[in-house]
Amino acid sequence: MRKLVQSHATEFALLAVMAVICVFLSFATPNFFSLGNAFDLLNTSSVNIIFAVGLLVVLIAGGIDISFAVAASVVQYCAALILGWIGGGGWISGLLIAGGLGILLGSFNAFLIHRFKIISIVATIATFNIYFGLLMFFTQGVSIYDLPEWLTDRVVLFEHQMPDGTWAEITLPVLVMAICVLATWLLITRTTIGRQLYAFGDNPEGARRFGIDIGAMQFIAFGWLGMMAGIGGLIQAHYAQEVVPNALYGRELDVLAAVVLGGARLGGGKGSVLGCVLGVLLISITQNGLNLMGVSPFAFKMIIGAIILAAITLSNTSLEKLLPFMRTQGGRQ
Amino acid sequence: MAEIKNPESGVTPLLSLRNINMTFGGIKALKNVSFDVRPGEVHCLAGENGSGKSTLIKIITGVYRPEAGAVIDYDGQTHSHMSPVTAQAGGIQVIWQDLALFPEMTVAENIAFHSLVGRTPRLVNYGQMREVAIKALQRLGVTLDVDAPLKDYSIAQRQIVAIARALIGEAKIVFMDEPTASLTQSETDHLIGIVRSLSASGVAVVFVSHRLAEVLEISNRLTVLRDGALVGVYPVEGMTQSRITELMTGKSFDQQVRAKPVEGNPVVLEVKGLTRPGQFEDISFTVRRGETLGITGLLGAGRTELALSLFGMLKPRSGSVTLEGKPVRFSSNRDAIKAGIAYLSEDRLSLGLIQPQSIADNLAIASLDRIKSGGFLSDERKRRLVAHWITELGVKIGRQSDAVSTLSGGNQQRIAIAKWLATDPKLLILDAPTVGVDVGARAGIFEIVARLAESGLAIILISDEVPEVYFNADRVLHMAQGQMAGWFDPRRSTLQEIEAAVYA
Repeated sequence: MRKLVQSHATEFALLAVMAVICVFLSFATPNFFSLGNAFDLLNTSSVNIIFAVGLLVVLIAGGIDISFAVAASVVQYCAALILGWIGGGGWISGLLIAGGLGILLGSFNAFLIHRFKIISIVATIATFNIYFGLLMFFTQGVSIYDLPEWLTDRVVLFEHQMPDGTWAEITLPVLVMAICVLATWLLITRTTIGRQLYAFGDNPEGARRFGIDIGAMQFIAFGWLGMMAGIGGLIQAHYAQEVVPNALYGRELDVLAAVVLGGARLGGGKGSVLGCVLGVLLISITQNGLNLMGVSPFAFKMIIGAIILAAITLSNTSLEKLLPFMRTQGGRQ
Repeated sequence: MAEIKNPESGVTPLLSLRNINMTFGGIKALKNVSFDVRPGEVHCLAGENGSGKSTLIKIITGVYRPEAGAVIDYDGQTHSHMSPVTAQAGGIQVIWQDLALFPEMTVAENIAFHSLVGRTPRLVNYGQMREVAIKALQRLGVTLDVDAPLKDYSIAQRQIVAIARALIGEAKIVFMDEPTASLTQSETDHLIGIVRSLSASGVAVVFVSHRLAEVLEISNRLTVLRDGALVGVYPVEGMTQSRITELMTGKSFDQQVRAKPVEGNPVVLEVKGLTRPGQFEDISFTVRRGETLGITGLLGAGRTELALSLFGMLKPRSGSVTLEGKPVRFSSNRDAIKAGIAYLSEDRLSLGLIQPQSIADNLAIASLDRIKSGGFLSDERKRRLVAHWITELGVKIGRQSDAVSTLSGGNQQRIAIAKWLATDPKLLILDAPTVGVDVGARAGIFEIVARLAESGLAIILISDEVPEVYFNADRVLHMAQGQMAGWFDPRRSTLQEIEAAVYA
């Protein structure tokens, strides 16, 4: 047990912080502790979690991506147009188109980073502006409300009537999110490619000496994030039942903060899917709780910023100091 | 392929390279070098930094591709170049100087890393990786938790992991690039034991090391490179350290004890009962004008912590420090610099110099106050300051604006020393000043140290290589486990006596 806590210090710290917040909110608000609210949290967090696990892969490989959220907007818009041309489509063609377009946009980042040796933050700030600029220029900021019916119809996977007559529902985004989470977990922990990504992020020169294909690593990492961004974009369109060109603008920093909160390291080699999911959920729960408590939405960002700082300080530095028995043995003195 | 018999021994080499040429940016890194390794031998590849040792290893392991015309015979097959995958599959393993390990990954993954590499993606077999790792560690007689992340382990333990990784998959030949650079003596002894047992089990080991004593202790044959060219291949029997140094540098060095009487000089620094619990205890000594005080001891003896305390970066719990008769108590190293103490850090590459910045900026950074003119930094004053110290210390540079990273280890160290001399210190603390510096360049650095002492500077020279303090200090303080363990006078003691005390 101690070993488990030791090797997953960040995850346990997040769980602890989350538990404290949940207990507090359960007493502070009448509605927080209910099945309906829990399911709502999952439904609303799904898109961010899909983005987050994609970004996690890029962070593990030692990169960073600022452009994925606007890339998701571009994918949303293009997918809506393409689905219109092919006469509607369905979930399968929709996901394929969105995922494919996403991979394309992600690969363009990888191309810039690998071919021209531009550091990833600069390359993706550039593509962030290019993607968003192109999108706004061609759409003139006009939203699309006329989406295929299958895309805007809510798909309820599980429902349960509450004593007060309301329905607690789990909807399609949660299923897609679960698949994305599982797939990413398989990729980074169970395949050789995933472990190569970790190794590459941890020590790029060391990885190169083992004959790991550095270019392939970049394309896989940014391609994976692109695919997740595309899928997340489509799901967001489904959830919002509309495509608004600037709907996802600014989402990249929220997701990045959540992923780093979940223990991923800017600089590579570190991060877990569980931590990443917990990171997103922690922020969602806080936001949800503040909402239910009637706190002004204008104060949200400030409070969430404080939570991120507190949680990161706790998980990165003090855990071992707070709980000396967890200190690793046999290490350096 | 024709069998190539070695004319003098009749042994077929396991690996033989001929006609190896390599050019980087117009500079010939290797000139028509040949090199061979016999099965099961311990072979030493010696040469100064920049002599081409690492380049040669990278060619053998396929990281670099030599120029056309190269012939590499390995294990019965002829190649014009290698690739990392063919080299590894053929049993050529390298333990790189920087180890090339993955600190965030587990020990098992680091050791069995090969099973993660390869073109075809597949599922990871963690169980098998653990087994491989445990077996490899058992072979070395070491127990480590294979599920722990590597970052939990010390440098010496990581070294073991790197060796364990090299030994899986039937290694035929293992290259060790500067394997002892960051190890203490006892860890080095352990490593040498491992090398011997490898050699006994038929694995050839090519050892690249600056530390000449180890070379003599464990090698059968010696290949010397100088400036990218082969100097020769020699049997180690009958070799002396000074002969190897001569071969490597093309010059001969006669080391003589430099110690001189300094008792009459005024005291610059007096330390009384300095204590920092857990790191050093009750340390008292004086350093006089023109004196070089040597401090030696094993890694972890508290030498560096003591130096950092004198430099104001760590706070001692009790005791006093007096500088030129005035008691001082530094709250930061800025105070210490102002008071006239300079500290050349142990880790020059990461702490002492800002590698990508220019030579001029690095040299001037600690003395910016001196190059101000009307409140602003003056380029002209900076240029003059830098030019002065470059000439004074005989640093070979291109332009002042070149990055420090373009200089050799020895010249970098001179820039680091010059940086502190430019602050006009009263006391200079040199912490392991020759780590990563060639034999030839080392002599040059100690030449400078002697000249500085002559000019009246008080110097503390810290090193875990006893010969360095023995030959270059006036008095030697031996520290062990944070305590003062003894004083030696190089004019009365022999090198062996001090080494016996330190390595006991």
